[in-house]
Amino acid sequence: MQKITREQLIEKASELLANGTVSCVLGWGAGEFGYDVTPTVFKTAEEMKTGFVFSDFCGANFSKYLVAKTQKTEGKILVFLKPCDTYSFNQLLTEHRFDREKVYAVGIPCEGMADISKIKAICGEGISSITAEGDTFIVTTLYDDEPIAIEASAVLAERCVNCKSKKHVAYDELMGEDGDVLDSGRFDEVARLEAMTPDERFAFWQNELSRCIRCNACRDACPACTCEKCVFDNPKSGVENKSPANSFEEKLFHIIRAFHVAGRCTDCGECSRVCPQNIPLHLLNRKFIKDINEFYGDYQAGAEVGSRAPLVNYTTADLEPGEVFNREG
Amino acid sequence: MLKCSLDKIQNLFAEISKSAKLYLPVDGKDGGASYGEWSEGVEWSGALNTTKSPKDFFFPQTEDLMAFKTAGKSIEIIDTRSESEDFVVFGVRACDAKSFDILDRVFLSEPQDSFYAMKRKHGIIVTAACTKPSETCFCQTFGIDPASPAGDISTWKTADALYLQANTEKGTALLEKLGAILEECSDDAVNAQKEKTAAIMQKLPLKDLNTDDFGGGKTQELFNNPAWDELSQSCLGCGTCTFVCPTCQCYDIKDFNTGNGVIRYRCWDSCMYSEFTRMAHGNNRLTQKERFRQRFMHKLVYYPENNDGLFSCVGCGRCLAKCPISMNIVKVMKKIGGNKGE
Repeated sequence: MQKITREQLIEKASELLANGTVSCVLGWGAGEFGYDVTPTVFKTAEEMKTGFVFSDFCGANFSKYLVAKTQKTEGKILVFLKPCDTYSFNQLLTEHRFDREKVYAVGIPCEGMADISKIKAICGEGISSITAEGDTFIVTTLYDDEPIAIEASAVLAERCVNCKSKKHVAYDELMGEDGDVLDSGRFDEVARLEAMTPDERFAFWQNELSRCIRCNACRDACPACTCEKCVFDNPKSGVENKSPANSFEEKLFHIIRAFHVAGRCTDCGECSRVCPQNIPLHLLNRKFIKDINEFYGDYQAGAEVGSRAPLVNYTTADLEPGEVFNREG
Repeated sequence: MLKCSLDKIQNLFAEISKSAKLYLPVDGKDGGASYGEWSEGVEWSGALNTTKSPKDFFFPQTEDLMAFKTAGKSIEIIDTRSESEDFVVFGVRACDAKSFDILDRVFLSEPQDSFYAMKRKHGIIVTAACTKPSETCFCQTFGIDPASPAGDISTWKTADALYLQANTEKGTALLEKLGAILEECSDDAVNAQKEKTAAIMQKLPLKDLNTDDFGGGKTQELFNNPAWDELSQSCLGCGTCTFVCPTCQCYDIKDFNTGNGVIRYRCWDSCMYSEFTRMAHGNNRLTQKERFRQRFMHKLVYYPENNDGLFSCVGCGRCLAKCPISMNIVKVMKKIGGNKGE
């Protein structure tokens, strides 16, 4: 499904390693089953030839890794960025979270990433191989004699179904052709929630958030969550991580986090991708984005470096809090 | 061997729930299953495993231990324990059933954990044999046979019937209560299913993964292995692996200020968290590498060292499926153990 190949990326990385532009490569490491890809730092072209992979399961957003990796690495890091990753990249630069000089960013096109749980919903457990042939996945399992063909579009990750942009907003070099900002339907689900009565909406979130196990994966994967010490990791805060004291605290955690990243969230969708309980956390963030767009005019976090987000940029034309309150929903 | 026709399975659940609360895996959205209480019409999920393991029934994620109420200069200590009633956990897989042995060694050794012990005493485990293991399954690495699960009662589901066999007094007592719904039958169908599953086990991608390089006495050899750097390099430090794990047993005890008193509760803790086992002098594991290493050394070296060679992993595969960066115990075992099991 992806148009760019593993071999092309290895060739590009080998060239940049050989001519001394970069000292290492932040890429995707192969796993056991074809879909279980791990972010990995490669130091040589040889390492990449054995362990590097690029497939339809390379969803992880690398931008946040740059915060820690640039502090530890001598020389420049080569990072491959999909269009959505570049928005997080810019947002982190806006917040001065890593040294731009230590990164060589190569923009790569993305056709959308697949969600293994959607594939398993069709094929069941026991997957032995998944290969992409054009826009179709050919899946073999331990339990089916014949391979199963699945349309790639049917198993796209939710965030890719509603892809907001195929355009790279940051890079040193671009591979393949750049795309455009898309007119996605990403706010449709938010609008559906807004149309509910407060009781219905409360019940919706009660049901979703009651599954939370407070593993903090959403926070730890989130490129907007880069505090050195999160308030939820501070035992003196009274709201420390681990388990919530009650179900109210559980809800509070997610709502506080959504407030904290409001105006800074680029809608990369990592929170929902990593949630072990399939909670659609991105909808909380999208609600904020939709409101910000409606109250202050369209704003996309990370579209450029250094932009002043509406929530931190006072103007006399700003709407009054009462207008928000009266709007409801 | 006893059997119950599948079209009467709701009657079976109804009969069980007359004498005890019945919990079983039920489907949630996006194919994720979780344990829920049975009531009329609730269907038994066909999912291989629940997202969270059934350890929750005996070692809940949060549990009140006691409460304090202050009035003036006096402080009242309130025992929050309640005598629990019998309950049945139905549909437990062989891997999860084995995890109770591992938890028992921690909580039932002296001094016994009375909260855990009480729940174990009242809980009746009804297991369900696997017929379609996932590619992420590796219970056989730890000597578990998914076609012959332990528990108070073992069950096997075929196309038309559920076969049941009691293994303990608790199990026998429960089956006796179910009387008329069950009928005596031969072992043939169950034996045929066991054979079929055994053949599938030989096709699993992780079938050759072994524990040869791990176990008690390996601390010095494995602790300073340079591969820990590489393995832990992308770990997010979240608690997903520990919280979906059926054998992770670490907890924290915290006081919650209610305004006019205190509730002392315990909750699962994760060695992946930066505040785990924080002491007066500060933290004893300052980097994610150290925290990451602790989790796997505990499962593969420290626990077996203190528990007659028993490993603290049952190969359920939850961490393989759920880790946000797909780093897990299998990758650790292959790398640290010299890439065996290829």
